[in-house]
Amino acid sequence: MNFLAIIGRVVLALLAEIGRLSLFIWQSVSHVFRPPFFWRLVAQQMMRIGYFSLPVVALTAFFTGGALALQIYYGGNEFNSESIVATIVALGITRELGPVLGGLMVAGRVSAAIAAELGTMRVTEQIDALTTLSTNPYKYLVVPRVVAAVLTLPLLVFVADIIGIMGGFVVGTQSLDFNAGVYIKNTADFLKFDDVMSGLIKAGVFGFIIATMGCFHGFNSKGGAQGVGRATTNAVVTASILILAANYVMTSLLFAN
Amino acid sequence: MSDAKIELRNVHKRFGSKVVLDGINLTVPKGQSLVVIGGSGTGKSVMIKCVLGIIRPDRGEIFVDGKNVLKMDQGQREAVLRKFGMLFQGAALFDSLAVWENVAFGLIQGRRMKRKAAREIAIEKLAKVGLGPEVGELYPAELSGGMQKRVGLARAIAADPEIIFFDEPTTGLDPITADVINELIVDRVKDLGATTLSITHDMSSVRKIADRVAMIYKGKIIWEGPRDRIDDSGNDYVDQFIHGRAEGPIGMDVLKP
Repeated sequence: MNFLAIIGRVVLALLAEIGRLSLFIWQSVSHVFRPPFFWRLVAQQMMRIGYFSLPVVALTAFFTGGALALQIYYGGNEFNSESIVATIVALGITRELGPVLGGLMVAGRVSAAIAAELGTMRVTEQIDALTTLSTNPYKYLVVPRVVAAVLTLPLLVFVADIIGIMGGFVVGTQSLDFNAGVYIKNTADFLKFDDVMSGLIKAGVFGFIIATMGCFHGFNSKGGAQGVGRATTNAVVTASILILAANYVMTSLLFAN
Repeated sequence: MSDAKIELRNVHKRFGSKVVLDGINLTVPKGQSLVVIGGSGTGKSVMIKCVLGIIRPDRGEIFVDGKNVLKMDQGQREAVLRKFGMLFQGAALFDSLAVWENVAFGLIQGRRMKRKAAREIAIEKLAKVGLGPEVGELYPAELSGGMQKRVGLARAIAADPEIIFFDEPTTGLDPITADVINELIVDRVKDLGATTLSITHDMSSVRKIADRVAMIYKGKIIWEGPRDRIDDSGNDYVDQFIHGRAEGPIGMDVLKP
């Protein structure tokens, strides 16, 4: 009986958490479309979430593109390797690795920062103070972050796509002795608009996940410094897992036929 | 009861299995200063947050100017919140904003006032709590605890509220600074003719700012009366509290060595 009780308790806690999260998302999204709008804050968050994540995302993409090129070259046969490396690097980066690795890196950087900031505001009653100053905390804190993340993540991933393909190009031409012109031609021939687009759509969804998880855990943190620390960890872990899960679902939907 | 500014009727709130408010009945008459005293963890803060709508009570009714705030939609509630100002225990200043922006926050964000006009009001309000205009340029982290409380008070009165809540206004301050804050509270409340509800466990603060005093114990109001009567209340709980005795009807859950 005790065992069943444990299962029951876990399921109930999980359902309660899902309910809380759904309410939170509903509150946040409904405020996106209702005035007043805080444009200045959106711009500020776009700087913080997007612009300052550029170095991290660019380095991730560059090394991933390079490593991918090497793996395909070593794993594949010698015939045709010149065209296969270019094609698979381009497709792999734009469809999967660019958005997923970029998303995970930004999740680590941004979800944590958001959760820590809002968590501290929660435990020092700053979020309550907003309410008493006739300012809706969802509108003032959550909406700018979510909007900024959804807008900037695709831009970041687009940059990551270019740099990732460039990483493959650099490795291909420098250490695998491919012809630069042929490499570029192969990339351009096989890469389609849909490949890039699917990655950017994913990136938008990942941006939503990253900002929402940071805000949700920050908003619900309690119990001082330790609570803020826990919120930060939870934000990064849940954002990362949700990104991977959402990526699988979207891949199966976007490439179904 | 036509002169009641705030009225709580049979308000209940529990967190999990812990009953925090167990049927609170309390009336704050218009233009009066009511101070609620009680030990830590007796539900004082929760009670105030219920009135502000930050926490939703499980049962009961809360009236502000004769209207039940628990039955209002979001728009009506925000209109009611404009009548309020609040000074938080830890001041709860926004640390990303300069002092003057903190004071002007409710005017700029809540009331869409132009920044320049709001800044002038902010500086005027800072002067009213004894702070010069140069303090307006500083950030909250650069201020001492007493100065933060003053800024918090300036922010609470910035929009000329009809009702002001004080959450432990003197906690954590030295006796002299505490007295300065108490005097500022009395003076500013008199200027505005505001109705105030304060919670504290500092008896010198009670004697200075209260018109009426109520004592909360185990989620209930156990005594209420004018300030002059607290020394001969005839209530053992109140006696024990105001004299700060360990022995008495209020048992502390402390293991004796």
